[in-house]
Amino acid sequence: MSLTTRRSRLAASALAAITAVGGLAACGNDDEPAAGEKPSKLVVETFGEFGYDELVKQYEKDTGIKIELRKTAQLREYRPKLVRYLATGKGAGDVVALEEGILNEFKSNPRNWVDLAPLIDDHSEDYLPWKWELGKAPDGRLMGLPTDVGSLAVCYRKDLFEAAGLPTDRDEVSALWPDWDSFLETGRAYKEGSGGKALIDTIVAVSDAALFQQGDDLFYDKENNIIAETSPAVKASWDTATSMVELSAQIETWSPEWSGGFKQGSFAATFCPSWMLGIVSENSGEENKGKWDVAAVPGGGGNWGGSWLAVPEQSAYHEEAAKLAEFLTNATSQVEAFKAKGPLPTHLEALQDDSFLSYTNEYFSDAPTGKIFGESVSKIEPIHLGPKHQAVKENAFGLALRAFENGQVSEDEAWQQFIKDAQIQGAF
Amino acid sequence: MSHSTTVAPPTPAAPPSPPGDTPKRWRLSLARLDIKYSPYLYIAPFFLVFGIFGLYPMLRTLWMSLHDWDMIGDHTFIGLDNYTRLLTDEYFWNALINTFGIFVLSTVPQLLLALFLANLLNRTLLRAKTFFRMAIFIPNVVSVAAVAIVFGMLYQREYGLANWLLGFVGIDQIDWDGQTWSSWTAIASMVNWRWTGYNTLILLAGMQAIPRDLYEAAEIDGAGQWRQFWRITLPLLRPTFIFVVILSTIGGMQLFTEPLLFGNGNIIGGTQRDFQTLAMYMYEMGITNLNSAGYGAAVAWALFMIIGLMSLLNFVLVRRAAK
Repeated sequence: MSLTTRRSRLAASALAAITAVGGLAACGNDDEPAAGEKPSKLVVETFGEFGYDELVKQYEKDTGIKIELRKTAQLREYRPKLVRYLATGKGAGDVVALEEGILNEFKSNPRNWVDLAPLIDDHSEDYLPWKWELGKAPDGRLMGLPTDVGSLAVCYRKDLFEAAGLPTDRDEVSALWPDWDSFLETGRAYKEGSGGKALIDTIVAVSDAALFQQGDDLFYDKENNIIAETSPAVKASWDTATSMVELSAQIETWSPEWSGGFKQGSFAATFCPSWMLGIVSENSGEENKGKWDVAAVPGGGGNWGGSWLAVPEQSAYHEEAAKLAEFLTNATSQVEAFKAKGPLPTHLEALQDDSFLSYTNEYFSDAPTGKIFGESVSKIEPIHLGPKHQAVKENAFGLALRAFENGQVSEDEAWQQFIKDAQIQGAF
Repeated sequence: MSHSTTVAPPTPAAPPSPPGDTPKRWRLSLARLDIKYSPYLYIAPFFLVFGIFGLYPMLRTLWMSLHDWDMIGDHTFIGLDNYTRLLTDEYFWNALINTFGIFVLSTVPQLLLALFLANLLNRTLLRAKTFFRMAIFIPNVVSVAAVAIVFGMLYQREYGLANWLLGFVGIDQIDWDGQTWSSWTAIASMVNWRWTGYNTLILLAGMQAIPRDLYEAAEIDGAGQWRQFWRITLPLLRPTFIFVVILSTIGGMQLFTEPLLFGNGNIIGGTQRDFQTLAMYMYEMGITNLNSAGYGAAVAWALFMIIGLMSLLNFVLVRRAAK
């Protein structure tokens, strides 16, 4: 045997061994249990804080099924995990929380998820109608049960408003801006009274708020064709945002300048989904406690974020997992979760619950946040998002608006950039 | 060999081996096996690890790049379509230009500075040599994420140190991540800060390998410091220098973390893709966008081939230098 052939044979067998390892990793997951078998344990997979700790204990007591809560702190670490589970066909929990952007993206491959409708009672009338509809995949299957919603309000600095000669009481402030035109007027008044300071952080936040108030189709039509250029909702939101450019401090949300801006008072107001309250108070620090308050959002209603619970096809216990998801999203559970960690209910009964409506937030001058956010949420129009809504919104719409806001391009150029990038980001 | 003793021989005519002879022959053949195959066993761990974590992913990526590959859905074979798409993809070329732009801005000043510093550190009369040599390497030990975050703060528009300092000489606030040139400069400065010391040490090692008597002879002949540097140090340092250039090239082509964190973690790299590098574009297509994983794989292979091409170019230069 010559040296070269032996070497190549060795290489070939090494290669074979490697591909075998790879092949092994790719298959598997055939361990479906017999139908009707009761699971000993179910895994609930969430990110951030859903407030399920106590609820899960109660469910364990009621059913005798052990529940493991698996939490990922950051959403940006959560998505790659889910993708890995789905791509390899193993590892996902039995009940998986899907955030709005993720849900829409995963909808283009609905067969990864169990149709919940046949496994649970009919709840189609129980939740906010638009939220319920968003939980359905294009093929009609019920992919997710609604958990929370990122209902929108405006967080504003009372001390800065006062210094600029504006009212500070939350009802009076809400009355200042029933619509976006009056918001613009208020911003101008603030600028004048404060010696040229900016009212808001960025116009991208305005576009987010305005987009959800339009209702109907946004970046996609019902057949999921990209209609960025012709969609009236998108154009309206664009125009609202660009008109506010004179009020903007040109600070990108989540940037270090943005976090620092809360203490510096770089802006006097920002758009607050309910889950943002914690971030505002953290960035502003203990020394600014009581200086912030919460008012209604211009134009009424709005949404930013929010999630669903789904059961992946790879789960071994479809029926039991669906029952658990049903329990975690019912009215009582949603109120309990809200009290524990603050995610806003989407169940119509929970939204009417007294302990929800009477909730006040100490950091924000004891604002009745339950009532404010609850009212905002009930005004949201039903909408259709489409598969890559999040990517189009963030990487085409938002970036084009920022380029315009920063003065890098004209409004017309920014719009052209958005139209072009929407096609690229929206392709699926 | 040994199986003839355990399995019953088919015919009694088979010669039985002498009882005392078996262990000896066994040991002999073991020794032969040892000589023949042990070397393979010794190097096997590397090839096994490389095979699983290097070769297999590479081949798998090649396979993916020939498909319309949805990370969580269907895979359809499309041949070389992804590669032809690359040729006309404006954003791919944009990323390529960004990568080369930042590469030039970071590598050229970095290597010149490293050469200068190494020459300083190589002086025989320098005090506290070890201290300086250690100190210059420290930036390389700091985690790249920490570097990017700190530099991101320096280059902030409102409260950044860079703009504050520029304010003293009457230069208006610069929106560092808002334009191509300023973002390239800012990112290149991070790379320079981090890698200059590293390259200095390698060049210094190369300088110390140059025989001292050459300098002594030159000094006797009346050559000054500068002339010694040009006539002795530089020519003899060439192999080391080319090694450093190759390393910088590979690193520069794969630039990812600095520009990513400079843009607050957005994979697009600025509102206008001003500083999206090839590695970032690969990540955007292959990982952020679930449904274009195949195209992302094609970008990865294009990047691989570009690095290969650049290394080949360097190799040719080395050969020419050797002649």
